[in-house]
Amino acid sequence: MSNLNNQMVNKYRNDFLKEVEANVEEGDWVKMCMQCGVCAGSCPMGPYWDHPPQEIFMMIRAGKREEVLSSTSMWMCTSCYNCIARCPRELPITHIMHGLAHYGKRLGIAPKNQPTLKFSQKFWENLMTNGRVNELKLGITLYFIDGFVQGIKNALAASGIGLGMFKAKRLDPMEILGGHSVKDKSGLKAMIKKAQEIEEARISGNQ
Amino acid sequence: MAKEYSYYPGCSSQKGASGSNLQRSLNSVLDVLDIKLNDIPDWNCCSASIGYSGGGELPRLALSARNIALSEKHNPGQEIVASCAACWLATRETKERLEHSEAMRSGAEEALKEAHLEISKEMPKVRHMTEVLIEDIGFEGMKEKVVKPLEGIKIAGYVGCQTNRPFGINGESFENPMYLDKMVEAMGAESIPTYEKKVACCGGALAFSEPQKSQALVKGIIEAAYDNGADMIVTPCPVCQMNVEIYQDQINATYGTKFHIPVTYYSTLMAVAYGKNAKEAALDGQVIKAKKLEDIANK
Repeated sequence: MSNLNNQMVNKYRNDFLKEVEANVEEGDWVKMCMQCGVCAGSCPMGPYWDHPPQEIFMMIRAGKREEVLSSTSMWMCTSCYNCIARCPRELPITHIMHGLAHYGKRLGIAPKNQPTLKFSQKFWENLMTNGRVNELKLGITLYFIDGFVQGIKNALAASGIGLGMFKAKRLDPMEILGGHSVKDKSGLKAMIKKAQEIEEARISGNQ
Repeated sequence: MAKEYSYYPGCSSQKGASGSNLQRSLNSVLDVLDIKLNDIPDWNCCSASIGYSGGGELPRLALSARNIALSEKHNPGQEIVASCAACWLATRETKERLEHSEAMRSGAEEALKEAHLEISKEMPKVRHMTEVLIEDIGFEGMKEKVVKPLEGIKIAGYVGCQTNRPFGINGESFENPMYLDKMVEAMGAESIPTYEKKVACCGGALAFSEPQKSQALVKGIIEAAYDNGADMIVTPCPVCQMNVEIYQDQINATYGTKFHIPVTYYSTLMAVAYGKNAKEAALDGQVIKAKKLEDIANK
Protein backbone atom coordinates (compact mmCIF):
# COMPACT_ATOMS: atom_id res chain seq x y z
CA MET A 1 0.00 0.00 0.00
CA SER A 2 1.25 3.46 -0.85
CA ASN A 3 2.15 6.13 1.68
CA LEU A 4 -0.57 8.35 0.33
CA ASN A 5 -3.12 5.62 0.94
CA ASN A 6 -2.00 5.20 4.57
CA GLN A 7 -2.12 8.94 5.08
CA MET A 8 -5.64 9.09 3.72
CA VAL A 9 -6.80 6.19 5.91
CA ASN A 10 -5.43 7.98 8.97
CA LYS A 11 -6.89 11.30 8.05
CA TYR A 12 -10.43 10.29 7.21
CA ARG A 13 -10.76 7.25 9.50
CA ASN A 14 -14.33 6.12 9.09
CA ASP A 15 -15.55 8.98 6.97
CA PHE A 16 -15.05 7.66 3.46
CA LEU A 17 -17.80 9.90 2.07
CA LYS A 18 -15.86 12.94 3.24
CA GLU A 19 -12.70 11.57 1.65
CA VAL A 20 -14.51 11.07 -1.67
CA GLU A 21 -16.04 14.53 -1.53
CA ALA A 22 -12.65 16.13 -0.98
CA ASN A 23 -10.53 14.11 -3.39
CA VAL A 24 -12.58 12.51 -6.15
CA GLU A 25 -13.67 14.28 -9.35
CA GLU A 26 -17.27 15.43 -8.83
CA GLY A 27 -17.26 13.44 -5.55
CA ASP A 28 -19.36 16.02 -3.74
CA TRP A 29 -22.35 14.77 -5.75
CA VAL A 30 -22.31 11.28 -4.21
CA LYS A 31 -24.58 12.18 -1.29
CA MET A 32 -27.29 13.29 -3.71
CA CYS A 33 -27.98 9.73 -4.90
CA MET A 34 -31.47 8.54 -3.89
CA GLN A 35 -30.86 4.87 -4.74
CA CYS A 36 -33.44 4.62 -7.51
CA GLY A 37 -31.23 2.37 -9.67
CA VAL A 38 -32.01 3.96 -13.03
CA CYS A 39 -28.25 4.12 -13.65
CA ALA A 40 -27.94 0.37 -13.07
CA GLY A 41 -30.68 -0.36 -15.57
CA SER A 42 -29.19 2.04 -18.11
CA CYS A 43 -25.60 0.77 -18.09
CA PRO A 44 -24.49 -1.24 -21.16
CA MET A 45 -22.04 -3.15 -18.96
CA GLY A 46 -24.89 -4.44 -16.75
CA PRO A 47 -24.12 -8.11 -17.38
CA TYR A 48 -20.53 -7.72 -16.21
CA TRP A 49 -19.95 -5.46 -13.19
CA ASP A 50 -20.05 -6.45 -9.52
CA HIS A 51 -21.55 -3.14 -8.42
CA PRO A 52 -23.79 -0.70 -10.29
CA PRO A 53 -23.26 3.03 -9.63
CA GLN A 54 -25.98 3.42 -7.01
CA GLU A 55 -24.52 0.54 -5.05
CA ILE A 56 -21.05 2.12 -5.25
CA PHE A 57 -22.57 5.34 -3.90
CA MET A 58 -24.21 3.52 -0.97
CA MET A 59 -20.99 1.62 -0.28
CA ILE A 60 -19.18 4.97 -0.07
CA ARG A 61 -21.67 6.17 2.52
CA ALA A 62 -21.31 2.87 4.37
CA GLY A 63 -17.54 3.38 4.54
CA LYS A 64 -16.61 0.37 2.42
CA ARG A 65 -13.44 2.10 1.30
CA GLU A 66 -11.28 -0.84 0.28
CA GLU A 67 -14.11 -2.59 -1.57
CA VAL A 68 -14.99 0.51 -3.56
CA LEU A 69 -11.51 1.68 -4.53
CA SER A 70 -10.29 -1.79 -5.49
CA SER A 71 -13.46 -2.65 -7.44
CA THR A 72 -13.26 -3.39 -11.16
CA SER A 73 -16.76 -1.99 -11.68
CA MET A 74 -15.81 1.65 -12.34
CA TRP A 75 -13.19 0.55 -14.86
CA MET A 76 -15.97 -0.97 -16.98
CA CYS A 77 -17.44 2.45 -17.74
CA THR A 78 -17.72 2.92 -21.51
CA SER A 79 -18.40 6.67 -21.09
CA CYS A 80 -21.75 6.32 -22.86
CA TYR A 81 -23.31 8.92 -20.53
CA ASN A 82 -26.62 7.07 -20.41
CA CYS A 83 -26.59 7.18 -16.59
CA ILE A 84 -25.97 10.94 -16.63
CA ALA A 85 -28.74 11.56 -19.15
CA ARG A 86 -31.27 9.55 -17.14
CA CYS A 87 -30.36 10.25 -13.49
CA PRO A 88 -33.37 12.04 -11.94
CA ARG A 89 -31.01 13.80 -9.51
CA GLU A 90 -28.66 14.78 -12.35
CA LEU A 91 -25.56 13.27 -10.78
CA PRO A 92 -22.55 13.36 -13.15
CA ILE A 93 -22.21 9.59 -12.68
CA THR A 94 -19.80 8.96 -15.58
CA HIS A 95 -17.37 11.52 -14.17
CA ILE A 96 -17.66 10.14 -10.64
CA MET A 97 -16.86 6.65 -11.97
CA HIS A 98 -13.77 7.98 -13.76
CA GLY A 99 -12.84 9.94 -10.65
CA LEU A 100 -13.15 6.95 -8.30
CA ALA A 101 -11.18 4.77 -10.70
CA HIS A 102 -8.41 7.35 -10.94
CA TYR A 103 -8.33 7.93 -7.18
CA GLY A 104 -8.00 4.20 -6.48
CA LYS A 105 -5.12 4.05 -8.92
CA ARG A 106 -3.46 7.13 -7.43
CA LEU A 107 -3.54 5.44 -4.01
CA GLY A 108 -2.15 2.21 -5.41
CA ILE A 109 -5.20 0.10 -4.50
CA ALA A 110 -6.90 -0.19 -7.89
CA PRO A 111 -7.44 -3.75 -9.16
CA LYS A 112 -4.39 -5.40 -10.71
CA ASN A 113 -4.50 -6.47 -14.36
CA GLN A 114 -7.78 -4.77 -15.12
CA PRO A 115 -7.63 -4.46 -18.92
CA THR A 116 -9.24 -1.02 -19.22
CA LEU A 117 -7.05 0.37 -16.44
CA LYS A 118 -3.99 -0.72 -18.40
CA PHE A 119 -5.34 0.58 -21.71
CA SER A 120 -6.39 3.89 -20.18
CA GLN A 121 -2.88 4.37 -18.77
CA LYS A 122 -1.24 3.47 -22.10
CA PHE A 123 -3.58 5.85 -23.93
CA TRP A 124 -2.52 8.70 -21.66
CA GLU A 125 1.19 7.90 -22.08
CA ASN A 126 0.72 7.65 -25.85
CA LEU A 127 -0.92 11.05 -26.19
CA MET A 128 1.57 12.68 -23.83
CA THR A 129 4.51 11.62 -26.02
CA ASN A 130 3.66 13.92 -28.91
CA GLY A 131 0.56 15.73 -27.71
CA ARG A 132 -1.51 13.75 -30.20
CA VAL A 133 -2.47 10.08 -30.27
CA ASN A 134 -0.30 7.81 -32.39
CA GLU A 135 -2.87 5.18 -33.40
CA LEU A 136 -0.34 2.72 -34.80
CA LYS A 137 1.79 2.71 -31.65
CA LEU A 138 -1.31 2.55 -29.48
CA GLY A 139 -2.44 -0.55 -31.37
CA ILE A 140 0.95 -2.21 -31.03
CA THR A 141 1.12 -1.34 -27.32
CA LEU A 142 -2.30 -2.87 -26.88
CA TYR A 143 -1.33 -6.17 -28.48
CA PHE A 144 1.73 -6.49 -26.25
CA ILE A 145 0.01 -5.38 -23.05
CA ASP A 146 0.06 -8.96 -21.70
CA GLY A 147 3.61 -9.80 -22.74
CA PHE A 148 5.50 -10.73 -25.86
CA VAL A 149 4.11 -14.17 -26.72
CA GLN A 150 0.51 -13.13 -26.20
CA GLY A 151 1.34 -9.99 -28.17
CA ILE A 152 2.36 -11.94 -31.25
CA LYS A 153 -0.83 -14.00 -30.99
CA ASN A 154 -2.94 -10.88 -30.60
CA ALA A 155 -1.24 -9.13 -33.52
CA LEU A 156 -1.78 -12.12 -35.78
CA ALA A 157 -5.43 -12.46 -34.73
CA ALA A 158 -5.99 -8.79 -35.56
CA SER A 159 -3.91 -8.69 -38.73
CA GLY A 160 -7.00 -8.87 -40.96
CA ILE A 161 -8.41 -5.78 -39.27
CA GLY A 162 -5.12 -3.91 -39.60
CA LEU A 163 -4.84 -4.83 -43.25
CA GLY A 164 -8.39 -3.64 -43.93
CA MET A 165 -7.66 -0.31 -42.26
CA PHE A 166 -4.35 -0.01 -44.13
CA LYS A 167 -6.05 -0.60 -47.48
CA ALA A 168 -8.66 2.02 -46.60
CA LYS A 169 -5.79 4.46 -45.84
CA ARG A 170 -6.88 4.64 -42.23
CA LEU A 171 -3.76 3.10 -40.70
CA ASP A 172 -0.37 4.57 -41.58
CA PRO A 173 2.69 2.32 -41.06
CA MET A 174 4.91 5.42 -41.18
CA GLU A 175 3.49 6.47 -37.81
CA ILE A 176 6.08 4.10 -36.33
CA LEU A 177 8.72 6.73 -37.14
CA GLY A 178 7.15 9.28 -34.82
CA GLY A 179 3.94 10.35 -36.47
CA HIS A 180 1.77 13.38 -35.91
CA SER A 181 2.80 15.78 -33.20
CA VAL A 182 2.14 19.21 -31.71
CA LYS A 183 4.89 21.74 -32.37
CA ASP A 184 5.11 23.16 -28.87
CA LYS A 185 5.77 19.87 -27.09
CA SER A 186 7.83 21.52 -24.34
CA GLY A 187 5.06 24.03 -23.58
CA LEU A 188 2.46 21.28 -23.51
CA LYS A 189 4.54 19.12 -21.20
CA ALA A 190 5.32 22.00 -18.87
CA MET A 191 1.60 22.79 -18.70
CA ILE A 192 0.68 19.20 -17.85
CA LYS A 193 3.45 18.97 -15.25
CA LYS A 194 2.12 22.09 -13.56
CA ALA A 195 -1.45 20.76 -13.65
CA GLN A 196 -0.27 17.50 -12.08
CA GLU A 197 1.60 19.38 -9.36
CA ILE A 198 -1.47 21.46 -8.52
CA GLU A 199 -3.64 18.36 -8.36
CA GLU A 200 -1.14 16.49 -6.18
CA ALA A 201 -0.80 19.45 -3.84
CA ARG A 202 -4.57 19.73 -3.55
CA ILE A 203 -4.96 16.07 -2.63
CA SER A 204 -1.98 15.84 -0.27
CA GLY A 205 -2.97 19.21 1.18
CA ASN A 206 -6.21 17.56 2.21
CA GLN A 207 -4.29 15.12 4.40
CA MET B 1 -19.87 35.04 -47.79
CA ALA B 2 -18.60 31.84 -46.24
CA LYS B 3 -19.52 31.07 -42.65
CA GLU B 4 -16.31 30.72 -40.63
CA TYR B 5 -15.60 28.61 -37.57
CA SER B 6 -12.57 27.77 -35.47
CA TYR B 7 -12.05 24.08 -36.10
CA TYR B 8 -10.70 21.41 -33.76
CA PRO B 9 -9.99 18.43 -36.07
CA GLY B 10 -8.78 15.89 -33.49
CA CYS B 11 -6.37 12.95 -33.67
CA SER B 12 -8.53 10.52 -35.64
CA SER B 13 -9.06 13.07 -38.45
CA GLN B 14 -5.37 13.37 -39.32
CA LYS B 15 -3.83 12.07 -42.53
CA GLY B 16 -3.67 8.29 -42.43
CA ALA B 17 -5.66 8.07 -39.16
CA SER B 18 -8.75 5.99 -38.45
CA GLY B 19 -11.25 8.79 -39.06
CA SER B 20 -9.46 10.50 -41.95
CA ASN B 21 -12.38 9.52 -44.19
CA LEU B 22 -14.70 11.62 -42.00
CA GLN B 23 -12.50 14.66 -42.55
CA ARG B 24 -12.11 14.09 -46.28
CA SER B 25 -15.82 13.67 -46.94
CA LEU B 26 -16.66 16.57 -44.64
CA ASN B 27 -14.33 18.87 -46.57
CA SER B 28 -16.24 18.01 -49.75
CA VAL B 29 -19.57 18.77 -48.09
CA LEU B 30 -18.48 22.04 -46.49
CA ASP B 31 -17.16 23.24 -49.82
CA VAL B 32 -20.68 22.93 -51.26
CA LEU B 33 -22.28 24.58 -48.23
CA ASP B 34 -19.80 27.48 -48.25
CA ILE B 35 -18.53 26.81 -44.75
CA LYS B 36 -14.92 27.68 -43.97
CA LEU B 37 -13.06 25.94 -41.14
CA ASN B 38 -9.99 27.61 -39.66
CA ASP B 39 -7.96 24.91 -37.92
CA ILE B 40 -6.82 25.73 -34.40
CA PRO B 41 -3.03 25.94 -34.86
CA ASP B 42 -1.04 23.34 -32.92
CA TRP B 43 -4.13 21.78 -31.32
CA ASN B 44 -3.53 18.79 -29.01
CA CYS B 45 -5.37 15.59 -28.10
CA CYS B 46 -8.31 16.06 -25.69
CA SER B 47 -7.50 12.69 -24.01
CA ALA B 48 -11.02 11.53 -25.03
CA SER B 49 -12.97 9.79 -22.24
CA ILE B 50 -10.41 7.09 -21.68
CA GLY B 51 -7.36 9.06 -20.53
CA TYR B 52 -8.58 9.26 -16.91
CA SER B 53 -6.30 6.59 -15.47
CA GLY B 54 -3.12 8.57 -16.01
CA GLY B 55 -4.75 11.92 -16.58
CA GLY B 56 -6.74 12.72 -13.46
CA GLU B 57 -8.97 15.78 -13.52
CA LEU B 58 -6.97 19.00 -13.88
CA PRO B 59 -4.39 17.71 -16.40
CA ARG B 60 -7.22 16.52 -18.65
CA LEU B 61 -9.02 19.85 -18.33
CA ALA B 62 -5.73 21.63 -19.09
CA LEU B 63 -5.45 19.76 -22.40
CA SER B 64 -8.78 21.09 -23.64
CA ALA B 65 -8.14 24.50 -22.07
CA ARG B 66 -5.01 24.75 -24.22
CA ASN B 67 -7.09 24.15 -27.35
CA ILE B 68 -9.61 26.77 -26.25
CA ALA B 69 -6.81 29.25 -25.52
CA LEU B 70 -5.18 28.64 -28.91
CA SER B 71 -8.54 29.09 -30.60
CA GLU B 72 -9.13 32.40 -28.83
CA LYS B 73 -5.65 33.60 -29.72
CA HIS B 74 -5.58 32.65 -33.40
CA ASN B 75 -9.26 32.56 -34.38
CA PRO B 76 -10.73 35.33 -32.20
CA GLY B 77 -14.47 35.78 -32.19
CA GLN B 78 -15.10 32.41 -33.81
CA GLU B 79 -17.07 29.55 -32.30
CA ILE B 80 -15.14 26.30 -31.82
CA VAL B 81 -16.46 23.41 -33.89
CA ALA B 82 -15.44 19.74 -33.67
CA SER B 83 -16.56 16.85 -35.83
CA CYS B 84 -15.38 14.12 -33.44
CA ALA B 85 -17.82 13.31 -30.65
CA ALA B 86 -15.08 12.86 -28.05
CA CYS B 87 -13.26 16.07 -29.04
CA TRP B 88 -16.48 18.03 -28.86
CA LEU B 89 -17.51 16.50 -25.56
CA ALA B 90 -14.14 17.01 -23.84
CA THR B 91 -13.86 20.61 -25.01
CA ARG B 92 -17.41 21.52 -24.06
CA GLU B 93 -17.13 19.74 -20.72
CA THR B 94 -13.95 21.64 -19.99
CA LYS B 95 -15.58 24.96 -20.78
CA GLU B 96 -18.46 24.14 -18.42
CA ARG B 97 -16.24 22.77 -15.64
CA LEU B 98 -14.03 25.86 -15.74
CA GLU B 99 -17.11 28.08 -15.68
CA HIS B 100 -18.59 26.26 -12.69
CA SER B 101 -15.48 25.67 -10.60
CA GLU B 102 -13.28 28.53 -9.49
CA ALA B 103 -10.64 26.04 -8.27
CA MET B 104 -10.46 24.28 -11.63
CA ARG B 105 -10.39 27.55 -13.50
CA SER B 106 -7.53 29.00 -11.47
CA GLY B 107 -5.65 25.69 -11.73
CA ALA B 108 -6.08 25.59 -15.49
CA GLU B 109 -5.02 29.22 -15.82
CA GLU B 110 -1.88 28.59 -13.80
CA ALA B 111 -1.03 25.52 -15.90
CA LEU B 112 -1.68 27.41 -19.17
CA LYS B 113 0.83 30.07 -18.13
CA GLU B 114 3.55 27.44 -18.52
CA ALA B 115 2.63 27.30 -22.22
CA HIS B 116 2.31 31.12 -22.38
CA LEU B 117 -1.42 30.89 -23.04
CA GLU B 118 -4.57 32.21 -21.44
CA ILE B 119 -8.31 31.78 -21.63
CA SER B 120 -10.75 34.65 -21.48
CA LYS B 121 -13.60 34.97 -19.02
CA GLU B 122 -16.20 34.23 -21.67
CA MET B 123 -14.78 31.28 -23.56
CA PRO B 124 -16.18 30.69 -27.07
CA LYS B 125 -19.15 28.42 -27.62
CA VAL B 126 -18.16 24.82 -28.43
CA ARG B 127 -20.33 23.14 -31.06
CA HIS B 128 -20.57 19.83 -32.88
CA MET B 129 -20.40 19.83 -36.67
CA THR B 130 -23.91 18.37 -36.94
CA GLU B 131 -25.17 21.24 -34.77
CA VAL B 132 -23.69 23.69 -37.25
CA LEU B 133 -25.33 21.88 -40.17
CA ILE B 134 -28.72 21.63 -38.48
CA GLU B 135 -28.85 25.05 -36.83
CA ASP B 136 -26.89 27.26 -39.23
CA ILE B 137 -27.72 25.56 -42.55
CA GLY B 138 -30.96 23.72 -41.67
CA PHE B 139 -32.48 20.56 -43.16
CA GLU B 140 -33.96 22.54 -46.05
CA GLY B 141 -30.63 24.20 -46.73
CA MET B 142 -28.90 20.81 -46.74
CA LYS B 143 -31.56 19.41 -49.06
CA GLU B 144 -31.29 22.29 -51.55
CA LYS B 145 -27.78 21.24 -52.57
CA VAL B 146 -28.70 17.65 -53.42
CA VAL B 147 -28.06 16.82 -57.07
CA LYS B 148 -28.11 13.02 -56.81
CA PRO B 149 -30.86 11.92 -54.38
CA LEU B 150 -29.95 8.64 -52.68
CA GLU B 151 -33.07 6.90 -53.89
CA GLY B 152 -33.66 3.26 -53.02
CA ILE B 153 -31.24 3.09 -50.08
CA LYS B 154 -32.60 2.29 -46.64
CA ILE B 155 -30.37 3.60 -43.88
CA ALA B 156 -30.23 2.96 -40.13
CA GLY B 157 -29.18 6.20 -38.48
CA TYR B 158 -26.87 5.25 -35.61
CA VAL B 159 -26.35 8.36 -33.49
CA GLY B 160 -24.42 6.52 -30.74
CA CYS B 161 -23.54 7.94 -27.33
CA GLN B 162 -21.37 11.00 -27.11
CA THR B 163 -22.89 12.95 -30.00
CA ASN B 164 -26.17 12.51 -28.12
CA ARG B 165 -25.36 12.55 -24.41
CA PRO B 166 -24.97 14.45 -22.16
CA PHE B 167 -25.34 17.50 -24.43
CA GLY B 168 -26.89 16.36 -27.68
CA ILE B 169 -28.54 18.60 -30.20
CA ASN B 170 -30.82 21.31 -28.83
CA GLY B 171 -34.48 20.30 -28.92
CA GLU B 172 -33.78 16.60 -29.55
CA SER B 173 -34.55 13.83 -27.06
CA PHE B 174 -31.80 11.65 -25.59
CA GLU B 175 -33.84 8.49 -26.10
CA ASN B 176 -34.94 8.98 -29.70
CA PRO B 177 -33.25 11.90 -31.47
CA MET B 178 -34.57 12.44 -34.99
CA TYR B 179 -31.99 14.68 -36.62
CA LEU B 180 -29.87 11.99 -38.24
CA ASP B 181 -33.01 10.43 -39.78
CA LYS B 182 -34.00 13.86 -41.06
CA MET B 183 -30.55 14.29 -42.60
CA VAL B 184 -30.89 10.87 -44.26
CA GLU B 185 -34.30 11.87 -45.64
CA ALA B 186 -32.94 15.23 -46.82
CA MET B 187 -30.41 13.31 -48.95
CA GLY B 188 -33.27 11.38 -50.58
CA ALA B 189 -32.67 8.06 -48.80
CA GLU B 190 -35.13 6.16 -46.63
CA SER B 191 -34.62 6.49 -42.85
CA ILE B 192 -35.61 4.17 -39.99
CA PRO B 193 -36.87 6.50 -37.24
CA THR B 194 -37.74 3.54 -34.99
CA TYR B 195 -34.29 1.89 -35.22
CA GLU B 196 -34.00 0.39 -31.73
CA LYS B 197 -30.25 0.76 -31.33
CA LYS B 198 -30.07 4.37 -32.48
CA VAL B 199 -28.50 5.61 -29.23
CA ALA B 200 -27.03 2.35 -27.90
CA CYS B 201 -23.40 2.09 -26.86
CA CYS B 202 -20.80 0.34 -29.08
CA GLY B 203 -18.39 -0.07 -26.16
CA GLY B 204 -16.27 2.94 -27.06
CA ALA B 205 -12.66 2.48 -26.01
CA LEU B 206 -13.52 -0.88 -24.45
CA ALA B 207 -13.45 -2.24 -28.01
CA PHE B 208 -9.69 -2.28 -27.44
CA SER B 209 -9.46 -3.39 -23.82
CA GLU B 210 -12.50 -5.66 -23.54
CA PRO B 211 -13.26 -6.73 -27.13
CA GLN B 212 -15.71 -9.51 -26.25
CA LYS B 213 -17.92 -7.21 -24.18
CA SER B 214 -17.80 -4.46 -26.79
CA GLN B 215 -18.48 -6.80 -29.69
CA ALA B 216 -21.56 -8.17 -27.91
CA LEU B 217 -22.92 -4.60 -27.99
CA VAL B 218 -21.93 -4.07 -31.63
CA LYS B 219 -23.67 -7.32 -32.56
CA GLY B 220 -26.96 -5.93 -31.26
CA ILE B 221 -26.49 -2.67 -33.16
CA ILE B 222 -25.93 -4.48 -36.46
CA GLU B 223 -28.64 -7.09 -35.87
CA ALA B 224 -31.26 -4.38 -35.29
CA ALA B 225 -30.21 -2.63 -38.52
CA TYR B 226 -30.72 -5.87 -40.48
CA ASP B 227 -34.03 -6.55 -38.69
CA ASN B 228 -35.26 -3.17 -39.95
CA GLY B 229 -34.23 -3.96 -43.52
CA ALA B 230 -31.35 -1.50 -43.60
CA ASP B 231 -28.90 -1.55 -46.52
CA MET B 232 -26.35 0.36 -44.50
CA ILE B 233 -25.67 2.19 -41.25
CA VAL B 234 -24.73 5.86 -40.98
CA THR B 235 -23.18 7.60 -37.98
CA PRO B 236 -21.62 10.92 -36.97
CA CYS B 237 -19.04 9.43 -34.56
CA PRO B 238 -15.51 8.20 -35.44
CA VAL B 239 -15.46 5.61 -32.65
CA CYS B 240 -18.94 4.30 -33.52
CA GLN B 241 -18.00 4.11 -37.20
CA MET B 242 -14.85 2.13 -36.55
CA ASN B 243 -16.28 -0.20 -33.90
CA VAL B 244 -19.37 -1.08 -35.93
CA GLU B 245 -17.54 -1.48 -39.25
CA ILE B 246 -14.23 -3.22 -38.65
CA TYR B 247 -15.05 -6.03 -36.22
CA GLN B 248 -17.80 -7.66 -38.29
CA ASP B 249 -15.56 -10.60 -39.29
CA GLN B 250 -14.63 -11.27 -35.67
CA ILE B 251 -18.28 -11.02 -34.61
CA ASN B 252 -19.23 -13.45 -37.39
CA ALA B 253 -16.56 -15.88 -36.18
CA THR B 254 -17.79 -15.66 -32.57
CA TYR B 255 -21.54 -15.76 -33.14
CA GLY B 256 -21.92 -17.56 -36.48
CA THR B 257 -23.58 -14.49 -37.98
CA LYS B 258 -23.07 -13.35 -41.56
CA PHE B 259 -22.80 -9.62 -41.06
CA HIS B 260 -21.46 -7.56 -43.92
CA ILE B 261 -23.09 -4.16 -43.72
CA PRO B 262 -21.41 -0.88 -44.68
CA VAL B 263 -21.10 1.81 -42.01
CA THR B 264 -20.45 5.31 -43.32
CA TYR B 265 -20.37 8.84 -41.98
CA TYR B 266 -23.26 11.25 -42.61
CA SER B 267 -20.73 13.34 -44.51
CA THR B 268 -20.06 10.49 -46.94
CA LEU B 269 -23.79 10.29 -47.68
CA MET B 270 -24.02 14.02 -48.15
CA ALA B 271 -20.96 14.19 -50.40
CA VAL B 272 -22.42 11.53 -52.71
CA ALA B 273 -25.80 13.27 -52.76
CA TYR B 274 -24.03 16.54 -53.54
CA GLY B 275 -22.56 14.97 -56.68
CA LYS B 276 -19.00 14.44 -55.44
CA ASN B 277 -17.08 11.50 -56.85
CA ALA B 278 -16.28 8.36 -54.87
CA LYS B 279 -12.88 9.60 -53.79
CA GLU B 280 -14.12 13.03 -52.75
CA ALA B 281 -16.83 11.29 -50.71
CA ALA B 282 -14.05 9.13 -49.13
CA LEU B 283 -15.80 5.93 -50.22
CA ASP B 284 -12.30 4.48 -50.65
CA GLY B 285 -12.04 4.75 -46.85
CA GLN B 286 -14.62 2.01 -46.33
CA VAL B 287 -13.33 -1.32 -45.04
CA ILE B 288 -16.73 -2.73 -45.99
CA LYS B 289 -17.53 -1.14 -49.33
CA ALA B 290 -20.72 0.90 -49.60
CA LYS B 291 -21.70 -0.46 -53.04
CA LYS B 292 -25.00 1.37 -53.37
CA LEU B 293 -23.34 4.71 -52.69
CA GLU B 294 -20.48 3.86 -55.06
CA ASP B 295 -23.01 3.13 -57.81
CA ILE B 296 -24.61 6.55 -57.36
CA ALA B 297 -21.25 8.33 -57.08
CA ASN B 298 -19.99 6.68 -60.27
CA LYS B 299 -23.18 7.40 -62.23
